[in-house]
Amino acid sequence: MKITEAEVRYVAGLANLKLTDAEVHKFQADLNDILEHMAKLDEIDTSGIEPMAQVLSDAEETATLRADVATPPLTNPLALANAPQPGGGYFKVPKVIER
Amino acid sequence: MDFPSLTIERVRKGLLGREFSARELTAEALRFVEVENPKTNAYLRLAPERALAAAAHVDEQIARGEEIGPLAGVPVAVKDVILTKGVITTCGSKLLERYVPPYDATAVVRLERAGAVVLGKTNCDEFAMGSSNENSAFGPVRNPAAPDRVPGGSSGGSAAAVAQGTAVVALGSDTGGSIRQPASFCGVVGVTPTYGRVSRYGLTAFASSLDHVGPLGRTVRDTARVLGVIAGRDPADSTSADAPVPDYTTELDGQVKGLKLGLPREYLKDLTSESGDLIARGVEVLKKLGCQVREISLPSTDSAVACYYVLATAEASSNLARYDGVRYTFRSASSDTLSDMYRNTRGEGFGAECKRRIMLGTYVLSAGYYDAYYLKAQKVRALIARDFAKSFQQVDAIVAPVSPYPAFKLGEKVNDPLAMYLSDIYTITGDLAGIPCMSVPCGKTAGGLPVGMQILTRHFDETTMFRLADAFENSEAA
Repeated sequence: MKITEAEVRYVAGLANLKLTDAEVHKFQADLNDILEHMAKLDEIDTSGIEPMAQVLSDAEETATLRADVATPPLTNPLALANAPQPGGGYFKVPKVIER
Repeated sequence: MDFPSLTIERVRKGLLGREFSARELTAEALRFVEVENPKTNAYLRLAPERALAAAAHVDEQIARGEEIGPLAGVPVAVKDVILTKGVITTCGSKLLERYVPPYDATAVVRLERAGAVVLGKTNCDEFAMGSSNENSAFGPVRNPAAPDRVPGGSSGGSAAAVAQGTAVVALGSDTGGSIRQPASFCGVVGVTPTYGRVSRYGLTAFASSLDHVGPLGRTVRDTARVLGVIAGRDPADSTSADAPVPDYTTELDGQVKGLKLGLPREYLKDLTSESGDLIARGVEVLKKLGCQVREISLPSTDSAVACYYVLATAEASSNLARYDGVRYTFRSASSDTLSDMYRNTRGEGFGAECKRRIMLGTYVLSAGYYDAYYLKAQKVRALIARDFAKSFQQVDAIVAPVSPYPAFKLGEKVNDPLAMYLSDIYTITGDLAGIPCMSVPCGKTAGGLPVGMQILTRHFDETTMFRLADAFENSEAA
């Protein structure tokens, strides 16, 4: 197996995803299949190859930057309009620090 | 009005000839959608007020004798991962069921500025992750050509709407084939432009180094016209390219004689025999038009699925981190602490495919695996891009299948994610290389299922791609 149940639970923790036990087992099997297929990458000789992070990397460095001029951002009410719990101009969340 | 055969040109003639007003056309189009949409579930939501207001503006322009825009009065559908101010945009996710965007995507702004009438938002796989549209939280879309089959994905709603006639053209998004594959399955034209050609401002991010916005339509000419409107530099998207945008429609002159085409041998191995026969027949048509076809090799193709699903899921795991219950409408009701709120919101909100990809992407980026997967995949991506660059020293365009097979049955592949991923093999390479590519209808199987042929060209050479596709389409119609 490429990935253990403990690793699946660890990765779910990193990703902030609550999974049911059934999901953990299903994803372990799925990820195992997929990671086995991904072992194909090891067969390829990439010595001396630069990693490609983006497509248009040969464009001039500043070719796609806009002028450095401030533009108005979203207003506070608009930015909060989709918040599940707005309050006092902020996003409210469950208490983080106990008094 | 015969909506399934309506084109941009026909709408223009009708408006300028005072055959109908934009408001009349829009009202009739909205009624047509109400009747036809239940057959496919292509639209998730209509925006009648916005549509009629846009139409009224076109009518006023005509009444005042002003010049109308190139898309004036044209009924358009927009994939529900592309933001529309004030019109709920769900991304096919339960998480965003009530999300009302505070701004419009640049592509939508440009469509409306050109006079287009946005009728509504189309169904898609959740956050554009899927090849069948079965990953939508709001139910699958049915293929208009065969209601027991998928329309393809992730832009399945946009492709089905165009095929059904409930939109003349539509916007989709493509990260690994999400415009071309549904276009192929539904028998319409689908265009993935060069990476950076169209602004992604207002496109909900899936995998930022691979995401594209592009048009779907029933004719090559219509998609060329829409791309001309939405393409070009946008200060709001620093990845949009500052390259001149030609008038693609004036280049559709049928002049393809002597064009050098490459047929990659790696793309012909795993086709079903019917799809293979249709592509072979399409290639014969291109030869008759005077194109010189030669076999070429893209040797890194075999590793493309592995490369793509490392990079795309890694980027997705970062991009989807923002859906944490703080800002975007949905928050789990059962959380006392902040960390539980994050975990429960995401666990309850995301569907199975999004979770699977977040897990995979988080895994390949996690400590100890980064070099083996992410860095390695970036290097393989460079090799795939180099394959194309080398080929384009010998040929002007590459011709290939879009998918190994035509539309499959609903439910047929949902339980085998790897099989679903492997079906993307012919489309993901174009996204990895960032080159323009499109699907153009290439006939139907004996069972009546559409098959698309793919055309790929050099960076920013959409002109050659459209010219070839248009010549092919015209000879098919003749």
